[in-house]
Amino acid sequence: MGQRVNAPGAPMLAPKDFKSDYKPVWCPGCGDYSVLSAITKALAMLALKPENVAVVSGIGCSSRIPAYTTCYGFHGVHGRALPVATGLKAARPDLTVLVASGDGDGYSIGGNHFLHACRRNLDLTYIVMDNHVYGMTKGQPSPTTEPDWSSKLAPGGTGLREFHPLVIALASGANFIARAYSGDPNGCAALIAEAVRHPGFSFVEVLSPCVTFRPEQREWKTMVHPAPVAATDDPGRAARRLMTDDGFNVGVLYKGKRPAYARANGGNQTVEALACQFRA
Amino acid sequence: MLKQIEGSQAVAQAVALCRPEVICAYPISPQTHIVEGLGEMVKSGALARCEFINVESEFAAMSVAIGAAAAGARAYTATASQGLLYMAEAVFNASGLGLPIVMTVANRAIGAPINIWNDHTDAMSQRDCGWIQLFAENNQEALDLHIQAFRLGEELSLPVMVCMDGFILTHAYERVDLPTQEQVDAWLPPFEPRQVLDPAEPVSIGAMVGPEAFMEVRYLAHAKQMRALELIPGWADEFRRAFGRDSGGLLHSYRTEDADTIVVALGSVLGTIKDTIDEMRRDGVKIGVLGITCFRPWPLAAVRAALAHATRVVVIEKSLAVGLGGIVTSNVRTSYGGSADAVHAVIAGLGGRSITRASLARVFAAALAGTLEPLSFLDLDGALVERALAREREQRRSGPIAEGMLRDLGVVAARI
Ligand SMILES: Cc1ncc(C[n+]2csc(CCOP(=O)(O)OP(=O)(O)O)c2C)c(N)n1
Ligand code: SF4
Repeated sequence: MGQRVNAPGAPMLAPKDFKSDYKPVWCPGCGDYSVLSAITKALAMLALKPENVAVVSGIGCSSRIPAYTTCYGFHGVHGRALPVATGLKAARPDLTVLVASGDGDGYSIGGNHFLHACRRNLDLTYIVMDNHVYGMTKGQPSPTTEPDWSSKLAPGGTGLREFHPLVIALASGANFIARAYSGDPNGCAALIAEAVRHPGFSFVEVLSPCVTFRPEQREWKTMVHPAPVAATDDPGRAARRLMTDDGFNVGVLYKGKRPAYARANGGNQTVEALACQFRA
Repeated sequence: MLKQIEGSQAVAQAVALCRPEVICAYPISPQTHIVEGLGEMVKSGALARCEFINVESEFAAMSVAIGAAAAGARAYTATASQGLLYMAEAVFNASGLGLPIVMTVANRAIGAPINIWNDHTDAMSQRDCGWIQLFAENNQEALDLHIQAFRLGEELSLPVMVCMDGFILTHAYERVDLPTQEQVDAWLPPFEPRQVLDPAEPVSIGAMVGPEAFMEVRYLAHAKQMRALELIPGWADEFRRAFGRDSGGLLHSYRTEDADTIVVALGSVLGTIKDTIDEMRRDGVKIGVLGITCFRPWPLAAVRAALAHATRVVVIEKSLAVGLGGIVTSNVRTSYGGSADAVHAVIAGLGGRSITRASLARVFAAALAGTLEPLSFLDLDGALVERALAREREQRRSGPIAEGMLRDLGVVAARI
């Protein structure tokens, strides 16, 4: 967990060293450009090298991210990023594994894996670029879409209450829960770096506007605000806070103390970790 | 009423005319326009008494359709490609339970590698799942097949998949004749389910069946499909009388009467094949084409009769049974009285590669000259494959396959 393999004295890499030559095909102004920048900044801040990192994704505009980095990348099928990342991390626990998803990939078709990844608490960092819409398939409502948002598929809105990913992450056992905003790449980078450093399953929900199908999300820049209180390690307090969350609190909202999933063959299993499994 | 509309809208309108009661879907290209069209009709009230459910995956879509159909509702969904594979367990479930769900499949390739373009791999992966599978040649037929599908499925209590080529048909604007509500109501009676929620006799559906009857349940599904073979031709006649055009049926022959070479294919490629054949006919070549509309059940006797005089058969198919060759070809061979060697499999158009008249003409000429292999791949870039194979021979760590080939081609994976 958390070990960094940069040789002492080796020159630090810059964010650009984590960007590949592929030119992203996102729409101009898409929030995901800034998430890509934030990820590369975070990796540089963590003094990692591309070969220390794997980026795993599913399908969606947001899931194009792996190939835009110089890290190991895996572009999977829709909804399966988390289990693929789980397999990868099991095979190569030395790697820092980032998992990238969208609100469709991660919360609808892949929703079940989200619950179990939180519960398993493997040392992964899950970055969901939430734009409250299926961007890639051209503008259908996702689980985080407002009930009255009108689209062709659901004219007048779905009428369904939004899914609350942070509450679900907490209830399912995620060890680190934060919300970031792509419009603040430095803040977003710092949150991603903190998520990577924190042991266990870290969840970073990034508000990342889809300027094409949700142009009104450009207004998010006026709506986001720093979370008024510091992160707590108490799930009960975090739950109360998240239940009254306005959806625009940015910062670390929960930092748990559950030991990360340990390898069955002993690796870093401790008495405390075992005891905790029985308490959880 | 004649209308110039997108194929997806033609299908959406046809489905709406069939008065479905529950529609459920998850977006996936190239199917999404169909369900978006239906979503708008439900909201506007043009499609009354229909519940439209936005589901969280295709697995949920088919499961919702199963629940609705089990409760006696007319249920519809649509998908493509990865979506069809993702719902596969529920697809088998629907046919095993004998629920007459209608589903459009906007045919698209299956990954990896990721590809959104047309071929028939998705539908072919489900060919033995117990659904009736119909393939549309053009948008008019796609529209008509949906109307026929509800009646066929409900008569036999079997689910029906209407397959139409993704993008080539779903996104093409063509003139279609849209029937009136009265015409469709006269042709399609209200759904009279075989299993209903009967307060006098509540039953639990989904029994566990051991060896004592499992085979019989499966056999019954097969027997029903055989019954479909008997019904479909008569219904195509009836459809012609009611709607004034030829649509559906088991198969369509074109210029085969005196043909010694017969091409067999499914879907929209039939148009290109017909054009190629017309050209060859002008040069005196006795060649024709057999279009298969009903792929499941397989019209064994009808295909046999249609191929009776052919000395050579060329199957153009948009799917590949990896490790065997042609899927449609294997079916055609069961229906061909002559030597199996006279039936050639030509795998074409995978992942959206164009099937051109020039390439088809070359293949047909090779067949006539006796030089066509039993299995060939239309316009395969052999040099590209050879480079990949050489890489694998030379180095154990030859790397990921698709990425290596793109590098060889000098193509930056532009669509990443
Ligand atoms: C099994 C399956 N179903 C549907 C699709 C079509 N599809 C591709 S991306 C996507 C949703 C993308 O939305 P989201 O995850 O929010 O990412 P965004 O594009 O907004 O970044 C869908 C439905 C698919 N590729 N595979
Ligand atoms: S459609 Fe939306 S999410 Fe996709 S690239 Fe464009 S702006 Fe970004």
